[in-house]
Amino acid sequence: MNQRQIWLTLATLALFAAVPPLTVVFDQPFYMDVVARIMILAIAAVSLDLILGYGGMVSFGHAAYMGVGAYAVGILSYYGIDNGFLQIPLAMGASALIGLIFGAMSLRTSGVYFIMITLAFAQMLYFLAVSLEEFGGDDGMSAMRSEFAGLLDLNDPLQFYYLIFVCLALILLFLHRLVLSRFGMVIRASRGNERRMQALGFPTYRYKLAAFTIAATLCGLSGALFANLNEFVSPDAMQWTHSGEIMIMVIMGGMGTLIGPVLGAAAFLLLEENLPEWMELIMTNAGEHWAIVMGPILIAIVLFGRGGIHALFARRGGGSHG
Amino acid sequence: MLEVAGIDAFYGQSQALFGMSLEVGTGQVVSLMGRNGMGKTSTVRAIMGLLPPRNGSLRFMGRDLTSLAPYRIAQLGLGLVPEGRQIFPNLTVRENLIATARPGDGQREAWTLARVYTLFPRLEERQGSMGDQLSGGEQQMLAIGRALMTNPKLLLLDEATEGLAPLIRAEIWSCLAGLKDAGQAILVVDKNVEALTDICDHHFIVEKGHLVWSGNSTELRANPEVQHQYLGV
Repeated sequence: MNQRQIWLTLATLALFAAVPPLTVVFDQPFYMDVVARIMILAIAAVSLDLILGYGGMVSFGHAAYMGVGAYAVGILSYYGIDNGFLQIPLAMGASALIGLIFGAMSLRTSGVYFIMITLAFAQMLYFLAVSLEEFGGDDGMSAMRSEFAGLLDLNDPLQFYYLIFVCLALILLFLHRLVLSRFGMVIRASRGNERRMQALGFPTYRYKLAAFTIAATLCGLSGALFANLNEFVSPDAMQWTHSGEIMIMVIMGGMGTLIGPVLGAAAFLLLEENLPEWMELIMTNAGEHWAIVMGPILIAIVLFGRGGIHALFARRGGGSHG
Repeated sequence: MLEVAGIDAFYGQSQALFGMSLEVGTGQVVSLMGRNGMGKTSTVRAIMGLLPPRNGSLRFMGRDLTSLAPYRIAQLGLGLVPEGRQIFPNLTVRENLIATARPGDGQREAWTLARVYTLFPRLEERQGSMGDQLSGGEQQMLAIGRALMTNPKLLLLDEATEGLAPLIRAEIWSCLAGLKDAGQAILVVDKNVEALTDICDHHFIVEKGHLVWSGNSTELRANPEVQHQYLGV
């Protein structure tokens, strides 16, 4: 990661930090909610980028871990356990365990088979959630916000916002250190040439599995926050389309960079939010067909904007593709 | 230290090695020669576990290698400098060196970043460059440095000087001579008979997957017909 990327990251975080006061100044309280959502999905997207961008593992079922994290909060809440000090570690632990199991099996394959098997595992969990009548089945279930007695009150939007902000900032710092560590070098090098890595004495399978599990764990945290934000959990969180959206955020923002997926999440959600309104301005009732415009925008970014949004800001950085 | 005895190896249905054998003693520098497509790289790949042999035995320091995974074989102390270098393009020069480094066994002076930079000062100048921004010679130096950083008991070089400029070749050969003086055991694959007879203790020649000749440098020099028949010199 070069100097420019670090500045870009800090600038983005500074902007996120300034959003709550800005929403007061411009009297747009609604946007605090939008940016909170952006940051939660940014956590999911950077966690995916660790394995997709740095590790070359095209996991097409990453939303599953968001779902596991969300359901962990929802189910605990259903049984009256609202203690966040318990919920969050359990949500991350459950995602880690499922990531470990799914990863252990998926990583025995590669290429298209890897994409398909990760997708299959995620769909398995999706249909499991649909079949859980006790927990709302298809309709999902409501969840109370986690309680951090004596520390935080998540029903206060400002406190909740900054909790998400701190989580995102810490995760970016953690991943920054991880990617530059020796572990990170092995992961990055395995993407380029896995057999070479083995011939140099590294059991790449274990390294990749560790990275996969870390990504699942972080995504589980994102899911737990997501359940809190919506006060609602449903199987949709692990639908394959949701996995696809997270992947689009990573690709749109710039794979193999940490700030890229954050920018990608912001761009994706802001477009999703505003496109219908903008289209209404041009033609009445056009808003409901916003996907017709969104699709070509995504295709254009993938075709012409190599390196994603990130590349617009940090042209030709030494370590940008690293 | 390395004993390869009668190995057969296959790519799918087609057989590449027919009872191939060779041996490297402690501190020895040994060459493996032969024309293109005769089985040099296949032999190296078989040793490293990248092309597991069906028959025959592969032993290193008394350990059987035939059923070990490539990473286990490398951990026993075999350091490969592969054909075509295969530098990690998305790591910097420095990262290429330290990512796979392993500490030495304490018996010999261990290879460190500083020692590799002393051997190849060029790498220190370029330590921040990405792996895909290097010239061929720099890549070969980096590949050798990367293998040395694993502190191998035996260094294997596949096509040590292929495709390099004459000046760079000379530098690689003098580097290998220096390593030999330091007691490093080396198995080197190359086509430059003259340089190899200068540096190696023993030579093995492979033809169509068979071992067809072996001997020391004096014997090889005295045998122009062997050179002509199998090496096309």
